[in-house]
Amino acid sequence: MRLIVNQIEREVPVNSSIDDVLQLIDAKPPYAVAINYEFVPKIKHAEAILQEGDEIEVIAPVTGG
Amino acid sequence: MTAPLPHPLASADPLVLYGETFASRLLLGTSRYPSPQVLENAVKHSNPGMITVSLRRQGTSTTEAHSGFWDLLKQMAVPVLPNTAGCHSPKEVIAIAQMAREVFETSWIKLELIGDDYTLQPDTLRLVTTAETLIKDGFKVLPYCTEDLILCQRLVDIGCQAVMPWAAPIGTGQGPLNPYALKLLRDRLKVPLLIDAGLGLPSHACSVMEWGFDGVLLNTAIALADDPVAMAKAFAMAVDAGRTAYLSGTMKAQQSAQASTPLVGTPFWHQS
Repeated sequence: MRLIVNQIEREVPVNSSIDDVLQLIDAKPPYAVAINYEFVPKIKHAEAILQEGDEIEVIAPVTGG
Repeated sequence: MTAPLPHPLASADPLVLYGETFASRLLLGTSRYPSPQVLENAVKHSNPGMITVSLRRQGTSTTEAHSGFWDLLKQMAVPVLPNTAGCHSPKEVIAIAQMAREVFETSWIKLELIGDDYTLQPDTLRLVTTAETLIKDGFKVLPYCTEDLILCQRLVDIGCQAVMPWAAPIGTGQGPLNPYALKLLRDRLKVPLLIDAGLGLPSHACSVMEWGFDGVLLNTAIALADDPVAMAKAFAMAVDAGRTAYLSGTMKAQQSAQASTPLVGTPFWHQS
């Protein structure tokens, strides 16, 4: 199925979890995740199953003003 | 490890926000420095109470360029204040705030809800309800707002225990553009007020502290100075000077001259 991860289209197997996507993009901690503008806490990454067309944001710390 | 230097005024007159005490009334942004080393030295020599941080998509050029930032944050050991910079809707703000809480392990949030990309003016019409949602979710919200009295009052009404009006648009360095409104805010609101954005000179920081503001948050004025570390020191001293002046009680300005030196006994003087 098709997902958007950090604005890039990705093909993943049906029933993929957030952890599967994090592995796919080689995400390095620290990070946090939102699906379709909803924050998903770390403890749910293994169980949260993604749906066709989901938009996933994986963010990391940067400098800020 | 480069722990911040001890702060002379901190123990006698600390900044207190949401019941927490901070070592300094200067809050410092971490962006736009020439190098991580310069940032680290600026922090070390200005001893800020908090430093602001942000979040961006992993795997982009921004996060790749900041790959060592996390380690530097741990090393500096200064309390962090995550921001919601770049958010244009309450939905974005809330998601970013919740992600920041997990990543930085803090419930502090600098609420930025941008209403206009050209001026970076906050979306004042949606700021209050967004702040209220965050407060109900357990955040300690420091809202970046304009100097509008009623807006600031409403933010206090819904539970903001401190408010952060701008002095001028972010990054302009113009200093306080509306002293009348800022002084009025200080007079009307009893919560801590911190000036966030628009300061360009240490004298700007000193002025707002003399007016009774409780602290300043700035970034660009230090980061873009020719010598950011020296400028960080200058701002820290200006904040302390302004605070000390405020606590000392300033004289009232007079319309006519009043001699400082005693008149009685002036040589060669004759009563006419």
